[in-house]
Amino acid sequence: MALARVACAATFALVLAACTPDTASAPASGPAAPAPLSAEGDFGATLQGALINARPGDTIIMPEGTFALADSLSLDVDGVTLRGAGQGVTVLDFAQQSGAGEGLLVTSDDVTLTDFTVRDTKGDGIKSKGADRITYKQLTVEWSGEPDEANGAYGVYPVESKDVLVENVTVRGASDAGIYVGQSSNIIVRNSVVEFNVAGIEIENSTGADVYGNIARNNTGAILVFDLPDLPVTGGNATRIYANQIFANNTRNFAPAGNIVAGVPSGTGVIIMANRNVHVFGNAFENNRSAHVLITAYSLPFTDAAYNPLPRDVVIRNNTYSGGGADPQGILTPLAEALGGTLPPIVWDGVSTWPGAAEAQTVNLTIAEAPEVGFLNFGIPSYPLDPATLAPSPDRPASSPPAEPAAIVLAHVKE
Amino acid sequence: MRAAVFLLAALLAGLVSACGLAKGGGPDMGVILAQAPAEKLSAYGLFSDTAAAAPAAGVVPYDLVNPLFSDHAAKHRLVFVPGGERAAYSDKDVFAFPVGTVLVKTFAFAPDMRTPDEGAYRVETRLLIHKAAGWAAYPYIWNEDATEAVYAPIGGKRTIETITPAGAPITINYAVPNQNQCKMCHQARDALSPIGPKARNLNHQGQLEEWAAKGMLDRLAPSAPSAPAVDDVSLPLEARARAWLDINCAHCHKPDGSASNSGLVLSATETDPVKTGIGKHPVAAGRGAGKLFQVIVPGAPDRSILAYRMASTEPGVAMPELGRSVPDPEGLALVRDWIAEMEPR
Repeated sequence: MALARVACAATFALVLAACTPDTASAPASGPAAPAPLSAEGDFGATLQGALINARPGDTIIMPEGTFALADSLSLDVDGVTLRGAGQGVTVLDFAQQSGAGEGLLVTSDDVTLTDFTVRDTKGDGIKSKGADRITYKQLTVEWSGEPDEANGAYGVYPVESKDVLVENVTVRGASDAGIYVGQSSNIIVRNSVVEFNVAGIEIENSTGADVYGNIARNNTGAILVFDLPDLPVTGGNATRIYANQIFANNTRNFAPAGNIVAGVPSGTGVIIMANRNVHVFGNAFENNRSAHVLITAYSLPFTDAAYNPLPRDVVIRNNTYSGGGADPQGILTPLAEALGGTLPPIVWDGVSTWPGAAEAQTVNLTIAEAPEVGFLNFGIPSYPLDPATLAPSPDRPASSPPAEPAAIVLAHVKE
Repeated sequence: MRAAVFLLAALLAGLVSACGLAKGGGPDMGVILAQAPAEKLSAYGLFSDTAAAAPAAGVVPYDLVNPLFSDHAAKHRLVFVPGGERAAYSDKDVFAFPVGTVLVKTFAFAPDMRTPDEGAYRVETRLLIHKAAGWAAYPYIWNEDATEAVYAPIGGKRTIETITPAGAPITINYAVPNQNQCKMCHQARDALSPIGPKARNLNHQGQLEEWAAKGMLDRLAPSAPSAPAVDDVSLPLEARARAWLDINCAHCHKPDGSASNSGLVLSATETDPVKTGIGKHPVAAGRGAGKLFQVIVPGAPDRSILAYRMASTEPGVAMPELGRSVPDPEGLALVRDWIAEMEPR
């Protein structure tokens, strides 16, 4: 198609050079809305061709319809908008995909993806790597059927990027995280729905994230803020999680073993692991059967000398809590059994050091909730876990609350 | 029958050149440096006889110590360095080639890959061209009668029936990569780069000296590095396995490659054991991890994600992600043997 366009342009140029332009038959001047791609023929080839031949500033319009795609798609041109006719209206169906992992890979800057659905990819749904100032909006990424460990890992997956906006996106069925932002900075994830994923939203090894206005329900764990060792970017910090609805995240953990989220206990709301300066406020927690908020150190052995496995400077305040904690799952089952079988809304492992650490560190955990909101410190000195050393306590630790990070302002989004 | 085909091809080539369709004057710098790729491979003038894939004057065949495995395809490499210019030698990096350089790689099959020259047919030719603005990658697919290859930005598919070098009949769903997929493997930070033509990969059988003698290389190093040949059983297993991983994986699994975010670095020069996968936990592998816990578990290839993904043909699991639809049996055996011989810990 693009070749045809080139040939057509060449012909047109010749005509112009050869004779007086015939204004009557020339296209109307001024920027016209681009025509949708043809739905006829091999749509995967048409779309990939358009993605390759796009010029910066182009908008590619996909028509209505469900399109079976045999191959993954990729975009490497800056400033392109890929737009469908709506979530569930333009559907890219990858059930018969062969080759490569994700549905769509974006590796260029200033890209907007909007108004379409990506379904049943073999690997990740939509990945953007090194793609600064990207916008994901009004998208659905889903795996059909019951939650299945054979589903792809991540639904929406920006990584190694600066200025990331994810809004009004729905992800369901990811065997790792629905919306996963990794090794990135300056991030907003808002007004989205994540359900029936292992992790609803995960902010990992990233700096500066606002996660708000989202509905996270029926995941294994709703919202995770992690930092992991042995990656090019570590030291994740400065995340605010607020005004989210975090309900009934009680789906069984269907992550393939070996992945870090395979350890997430079913029935958890927010999990903060090994990350620094994390603020959780104004959220509504309901009926998460293990615990609404879990604060923990990274528990596996590691060799990365620059890595700090502890959560630090964490503030939990002004949230509402209802139900939950009555049926702790996974690693929390045996821990809770020793304490009567149930857990309060906020649980901390209590770890303050690790093998090879120079000295015990200050976790600086602030629990600023009404007095009746329960809290539990397992009092684990360090990992690996030795049940004999538990020293559980309901006392909130003394702390000096860190300043809250300023609201994220994205370079490419006018508020 | 084969002779008849050959005759026909020769006749056709003769006809084509008689018609003036084939450029007789060697590489055409105007076409090479044009902003857009040529529609037909012959337009570049890289071949004196396109149908026979005979290189034009100044276009030099070369090979690598260890080729990347590409579904058992035979690969034929050519390099064109514009006359009077030279590539700058480096001990560790890809040579710095001048603008106008073209790297040509043709992928071919034969009915029986134990005798890859008998009945060989070309499937695709990939060009890597050093334009003024940087390297560009273009795939070309050969037509049915192998007289011309046509620019194919979105790649293509072809079913190949053959017999592997080990003698096993095989059906291959061969995929010609699209232009973006070319970039995935050739990525170096935000730019494109060749992968193969480094000293360690070129330095065998007097090849570097030949390049220098032809005036394509600015200098020779007194002791240029040379990659261990993966099939040289006289060499240590570790050196061979690391060399296999280097040529098959490290173009993505390097600090500025497409797989940088994994933190897994498979370059032969990486010295941190965790970065090379030993005891390393998966990060974003999903079901690609195969329910295994570490990339390499010393002494236990069956518990190592690396070997699991090398053996797989399943999209989302198989590694490398691109460029192969069947496993490399020799490479897999080599890497498994290397992991098995590691001291368990």
